[in-house]
Amino acid sequence: MIGLDPAETFRQEAEELLEKLEAALLDLGQRPGDADLVDEAFRALHTIKGSGAMFGFDRVASFTHDFETAFDLIRKGQIAAGPEIVTLSLEAKDHIRELIEDPISTSAAPGQRIVAALQALLAEGRQGAPAASQACAASEPSMPAAASAASGWRIGLVFALHVLRNGTNPLALVDDLRELGPCLVTADTDAVPALAGLAPLDCLMSWNVTLESSCPASAIEDVFMFVRDEMELTITPFSDAALINAAAPAESAAINAPETDQAAAAERESEEKPEPGRRMEGKGQTIRVQAERLDELMDRVGELVIAQARLSQLATAGSDLAIKDIAEEVERLASGLRDSTMGVRMVPMGSLFGRFRRLVHDLSRDLGKPVEFVTVGEDTELDKTMIERLADPLVHLIRNAIDHGIEAADKRALTGKPATGRIELSARYVGAQVVVAVQDDGAGLDTARIRAKAEESGLVAPGAQLSEQEIHQFLFHAGFSTAKTVSALSGRGVGMDVVKRTIDAMRGTIDVATAAGRGSSMTLRLPLTLAIIEGLLVRVGESRYIIPLSAIEECIELTPAIEARAKGRNFLDVRGDLVPFVRLRQHFGVSGEGEPFQKIIIVTLGETRIGLVVDQIIGSHQTVIKTLTKLHSDAVMFSGATIIGDGSVALILDVAQLLAIGQGHRDSEPTAEAA
Amino acid sequence: MSQIHTLSQASGAVAAASDARLRVLMIGLGSEILAIETSLVREIIDPVALTPVPGARQFITSLINVRGNVIPLADLSLRLALRRSPDTVDTRFVVIEIDIDGDPVRVGIVADKVYEVTEVAMSQSLPTPRIGAQWNPDLVRSIVKWKDEFVIVPELELLLT
Repeated sequence: MIGLDPAETFRQEAEELLEKLEAALLDLGQRPGDADLVDEAFRALHTIKGSGAMFGFDRVASFTHDFETAFDLIRKGQIAAGPEIVTLSLEAKDHIRELIEDPISTSAAPGQRIVAALQALLAEGRQGAPAASQACAASEPSMPAAASAASGWRIGLVFALHVLRNGTNPLALVDDLRELGPCLVTADTDAVPALAGLAPLDCLMSWNVTLESSCPASAIEDVFMFVRDEMELTITPFSDAALINAAAPAESAAINAPETDQAAAAERESEEKPEPGRRMEGKGQTIRVQAERLDELMDRVGELVIAQARLSQLATAGSDLAIKDIAEEVERLASGLRDSTMGVRMVPMGSLFGRFRRLVHDLSRDLGKPVEFVTVGEDTELDKTMIERLADPLVHLIRNAIDHGIEAADKRALTGKPATGRIELSARYVGAQVVVAVQDDGAGLDTARIRAKAEESGLVAPGAQLSEQEIHQFLFHAGFSTAKTVSALSGRGVGMDVVKRTIDAMRGTIDVATAAGRGSSMTLRLPLTLAIIEGLLVRVGESRYIIPLSAIEECIELTPAIEARAKGRNFLDVRGDLVPFVRLRQHFGVSGEGEPFQKIIIVTLGETRIGLVVDQIIGSHQTVIKTLTKLHSDAVMFSGATIIGDGSVALILDVAQLLAIGQGHRDSEPTAEAA
Repeated sequence: MSQIHTLSQASGAVAAASDARLRVLMIGLGSEILAIETSLVREIIDPVALTPVPGARQFITSLINVRGNVIPLADLSLRLALRRSPDTVDTRFVVIEIDIDGDPVRVGIVADKVYEVTEVAMSQSLPTPRIGAQWNPDLVRSIVKWKDEFVIVPELELLLT
C-alpha cells in the first residue's frame, strides 16, 4: 500500500465536491428557483468546510464558512439565486480550489472581495434591509423564516440498521439538537429484542425529540446532514398546546429505562470497536485507484493476451487434446479479463462534458452572447486516456464556436434567429469509433475569407482549384486565423493546429461542415480505445496485417468473374451497390501479380464502404495495439502494430485512412518504395 | 573548438567542457565506424525477424519485436550514404533510446559489427570536413580518432528524424 496522505485524500474528495458544487451552481443559473439544487450546493459546501477543518485546511474552512453563511440566505428562500450570485459563487468555488491547492501562499484578498460582494448582493436582494446593516447582514444569526413561526418542533429520528457500523453516533446527534434549544428526548425501544437475540451492531432504537426553539427546520436538517441518506427524519412544527402531551412518552421511556441502558451500552461499545471488514458493505461502493495502476494493469493484460495467442497457436499445431482444452480455457479467461479491464478504464463522456458548462457560462458572459449549451450522449463511454486527451481540443472548439461561430445578439436578430445562440456537444458510437461533434447555430464558416487568408499567407496559389473541404483544412494550419480582431479568447490562430495535432496523435480525424447563415460543426472521429482490439489477421505478399474486426462487414472471394467485370475500374458490385476496392498489394508495394483466390474484405466506416483485396485470410486475432513511434508518423495507412502468435510484428490497418484513399479524397499514390 | 562546444551543448551531450571524455560504443557500418554514446544504448541483440512498414521512409522501413515491445529499426547506412553488405554472423541490432520532440523513443540500429565500449576525448575531435566526405555534414557531430581510425560521432536525433 502506498502511504495514505490524509491531506491528499481530502484534496481528491474536495475536487469531486467542487465539481458537484459547480454543476449545481450552473444548473441554478438556469433554474434559479430550484431548492434541490441550492441544497445540493449547500451540502457540498458544508462537507468541504467540515472535512477541510478536520484535515487542517483552516483557511479553506474559514472562507467556506463565510461563503456558506452568505449562501444560507439563498437556501432559506429569502433571496433568489440570480445570475450575479451564480457568477460570484463560481468565483468563490475557484477560490476554494486555489486555497486547497495552495493553502499557504494563496492571497486572501480575492476571498474577502468575493464574500463582501456576495453579502452586498444579498443585502440588496433583501428588500427593505437598511443600508447600514448591509455589511453584517449575512453574518447575522439567520432570521426566522415563515415556516418556523411555530414555537417548537417535533422530530422523529429513525436510523438505518447499519449506521453504527459506519461510525455514526446517534446520541451525539441528539446532543447537537440540544444546542438548538431545550429538548425532551424519548427513546423508542420497541424494536429491541431480548438480550439473547440482540445484535449489538444494529441500531434498533429510534428517538422522538421535542425541541423548543424558533429555529428554522433547515437548522435541524443541518444537524443530520451527513446521515441524511441513512435515516428517516420527520420534522413537524407544533404549538404550545402540544407540549402538554409530551410528558406521556417520557413516562414510557422511564419504564423501559433498564433495557434502554443496555441497548445504549451496546451501542457505545460497538462505536468503540467498529469492525473494519464490515464497513465496506452497502450499495454502489467505489474505491479510488490511481490511474497509473490501471495503465499498468492494462499493460499486463496486454502481455497476457499476446502470450495466450502464442499458446493457442502451439496448441492448435499440436495434437495433445488436453493442452488444447487448457488453451481454450485460457483463451476464454484472457478475453474475459481483457473485457473487464477495458470496462474499468471506460469513462462516460459526461464526466468531460460537465467541465465545459462552466467554460460556456463564462465565455457567454464575457462576450455578451447568450448561449444555450446542449449536451447529447453523455453516457457514451471512451477509454480514460482518450477522454483526458480530448479535453483540450474540445475546449478550443467550443471557444471558437462561441467566439467566431455565434454572432452577436443584434446581428442574430437581423437574420431572424433567436437571440440565444445554441451550441451542441454530442457523442455517439459509429461502428468502432466514437464521433464527438461540436455544433453551433452561428453564421457558419466564411469559406471565401478563409481562402483569401490562405492566399495572403502564401499557403495556396491564387486561383488554385480547391474543394470546400480542402479550403477548410487551412483552418488547421499553425498561425492561421481569420478573426479581424484579436480577442482575449481567440483570433491569434493558436489552437486549431493544436487541436488537429492532438486528434491526429489519437489516430482520429476532424471533419468540418458548414452552412452559411445556419452554423457549422466540427466532427471528431476517434477510435474507442487505444489499447486492445479484435482483429482479422490477413496476409498480403509475405507480410501479415490486422484489420479491426469491428470495421469488417463481410469477406468475399475475388473471382475471375468479378475481376473481369471490374475491368480495371476497381469497383465491385455487392448486391446492387457499387463498392470501390483497393488492392493492398499495390498500396503496400508488393511486386508481382496477385495470387489466385484473393479475398476482398469489405470494411465500413459510417456510411462509406470499401473493399480491401488481400492474398489470404488467416483468422481472427486479439490484438494489443502498440502505437507506432513518431519516426513512423508518415506511415499513415497504419494505426499501430501488434505482436502475433509466432512473435513477429504485424501492422494494424487504419481503416479510416484506407477509406479515404479508396474514396480518392487523399493522396492515393502507391507508396514510395513501390515497384 | 568553440564550435564543437556549442554543438555538443545543443545536442544535450554530456560533454560540457571541451576536454570531456565521451563513453561510446563502437559499431561498424559499411566501411565506416560509428561511435554511439553508451548513455543512449539500452541493449544489443541478435537480428530478429523484420516487419516491413509500407509508406515509411527508406532508412526506417522495418519494425522489430524486442521482448514484447514493437520498435522501429533504422539502417543508418542509407542515411549516411554508406555501402552496406548483406547481413553476416556479426550483424547486430543496437537498441538505443533517444528523445524525439521531448518523448523518449526506442529505436533499433543495424550494425555490421559491434566492436567495444571505449572512451574518446572530445578535445581530440576534428571538425567535420565540409568536403571530401560523402555524407551530409549536418548529420555528423564530430569525427574522433580511435586506434588510427577515423570514427564518426553522429547526430542521432537529426539522423533519425
